[in-house]
Amino acid sequence: MMNTTVSGNQFKNFWRSVRIPPVYIFLIAIFIFGGILDRVFSDGQVFTNRAIQLNILVRSVALGIVAVGQTLVIIGASIDLSVAYVISITAVMSSYIMQGEAANVPKAIVVVFAIGALIGLVNGLVITKLHVNSFIATLGTSLVVKGIINATFSNYTGSVPKSFQYFGYGTVGPIPVAIIVLLVIVIAGWLLLTRTKFGSHLYGVGGNVEVARLSGLRTDRVLIGAHILCSMSAVLTGLFLVSRLQSGAPWVGPDGLYDLESVATTVVGGTALAGGKGGVWGTLAGVLIFGVLDTVFNQLGVNPYLKTVLRGAIIVLAVASYTYRSKKEAA
Amino acid sequence: MTASTANSPAGSAKFLRFVSEGIKRIPPVYPVFFIIFISLGFLSESYQTTPGIMTFLRRTSPLAILAIGEMMVLASGGFDLSIGSIVTMVVLGSSLILNNDPAMAPQAILVMLGLGLVIGLVNGLVVSYLKIPSFIATLGMMLLVKGGALYWVGGAPRGYLTDNWRAFGRGYFENVPLVGRFPYALLILLVIAVLSYFIFHRANFGKQVLAIGDNVRASQLSGVKVRLVRVMTFVISSLFAVIAGIMIGGFGGVNVTIGEGLEMQTIAACVVGGALMLGGKGSVPNVIFGAFTMEAVFSLLNLLGLPKPYKDAVQGLIIIGAVAYVAFSTRKKR
Repeated sequence: MMNTTVSGNQFKNFWRSVRIPPVYIFLIAIFIFGGILDRVFSDGQVFTNRAIQLNILVRSVALGIVAVGQTLVIIGASIDLSVAYVISITAVMSSYIMQGEAANVPKAIVVVFAIGALIGLVNGLVITKLHVNSFIATLGTSLVVKGIINATFSNYTGSVPKSFQYFGYGTVGPIPVAIIVLLVIVIAGWLLLTRTKFGSHLYGVGGNVEVARLSGLRTDRVLIGAHILCSMSAVLTGLFLVSRLQSGAPWVGPDGLYDLESVATTVVGGTALAGGKGGVWGTLAGVLIFGVLDTVFNQLGVNPYLKTVLRGAIIVLAVASYTYRSKKEAA
Repeated sequence: MTASTANSPAGSAKFLRFVSEGIKRIPPVYPVFFIIFISLGFLSESYQTTPGIMTFLRRTSPLAILAIGEMMVLASGGFDLSIGSIVTMVVLGSSLILNNDPAMAPQAILVMLGLGLVIGLVNGLVVSYLKIPSFIATLGMMLLVKGGALYWVGGAPRGYLTDNWRAFGRGYFENVPLVGRFPYALLILLVIAVLSYFIFHRANFGKQVLAIGDNVRASQLSGVKVRLVRVMTFVISSLFAVIAGIMIGGFGGVNVTIGEGLEMQTIAACVVGGALMLGGKGSVPNVIFGAFTMEAVFSLLNLLGLPKPYKDAVQGLIIIGAVAYVAFSTRKKR
């Protein structure tokens, strides 16, 4: 009897720590509304076709992985606008080093993760040691990285071997590998934020740097760590993209708007731009909202420019759904 | 003896201190700009001549106008990321309204100013009343305006911009005493600069904007109409983006990517001009020179024969350096 209540409590505590954010209601609403639109104006496959439903998830993988990293940084009251070019440099460098040879894959992966970690380290150091506003600092590093890639590569370079495409196209049973990777990353991010010292320190730094410092945290190290992790997540997104595209081009990152969209999905998911609040599950919902929208728009054959318009409007509406009640003035 | 204190040792020390204090008070953007501009002059003779300088000023005017507008938003603690797509909208939309008919130019410009007003109002109202952080609100607006403009013209630019519409960007007053040819764009910049100087540095509006950027709650308690002021900053920023868009279209012609990345360049110009991210500090003349400095750096890199990618990289290093310098010097004072 005693035992069951304890485990029941444990279960309750565990469940509470997952903290399902209200944005999932928005996600379900969009899914149902989109499905109904699809049924009325098209063939109604959003509700019935398993392949299309899986495709929503696969579409969300690239943005989802990097958005988890972005969430860490934003919880720390920072921002990373360099992720798009980190994705580009990863895509280009890895396919350049691999040159279609399976033997080169480990080398390429080590190199791109090293580059990512270096960029994250530079971001973190510039923000914490030079006291440059994170927006400007990461905008600056993204311009530097952009310059370097565009000066070195101008088009699709190299290619990835067949074996590496397993990441992008392979399946384990009925489930695509990419979705498993995304879930692993989200769970890792969640465990990191809720179960480790680093996570609670990050919330502390994001909530109030001065208080965190005065309570004895090495705030600089925490932020630098978050930035390194964020760049690494961008590297993983880059690797996923290059395995789908089979070859990397300098424009894959910025063309996907991964910098601004990863910020947007994080905020849509309920993480405050001011830091100290939020989590990765909300971000996953934000990413899935974008995935559902994309799929529904495709089903309905919406004009691509109109898609952009609707995306902009939905980002604003989704964020408004929980900010409009707040008493604090936004800036 | 008392009459000649300036010659006594104590007096001259005081005078020196006065001068050095005065020099310290000059914002770093001015010496930086003049050093870069003078090195431009050494590298290319055209920068030593009045027409060359006038061309430089003409080319820089739109960025300077964008920077003034963006600075007002930055000073209140916000961001405006929608200005680049407003420029795209102005160019694409005007080419559609003009439909190769010069007589439509006034209508085209009025419609664009009207749209700019609406965009600014929506930005401001969404931030003030829905409490959405301006980064997200104007990011949404950026997607909306860009997508809307492309949808409106059907994905590709149509027609060309008529010469009378383009004159604002590329026209000159001929035979002006002293300078010879004087660009319209520079005159527009001067008018906007003087007006902005007045509302930002001489009228209450500017002080209220800075107060909001410094501490929203405190300014609210001291009676600032925070929401009204904030909406005004977004409206000004959007309207200035329309004006800059007309000039940029004047130089470049119709192009769907014409406004891409301008918002980041503008924010960089503001930061080089000493505007503080997250609000509380900003000055009209300084950000104008911030824009001049950015353009001078681009020209310098062009003259040195560096390809465009290196321009991006150097731009990145410059904005990090500028902000690090400001952060460093303000910390020293504390």
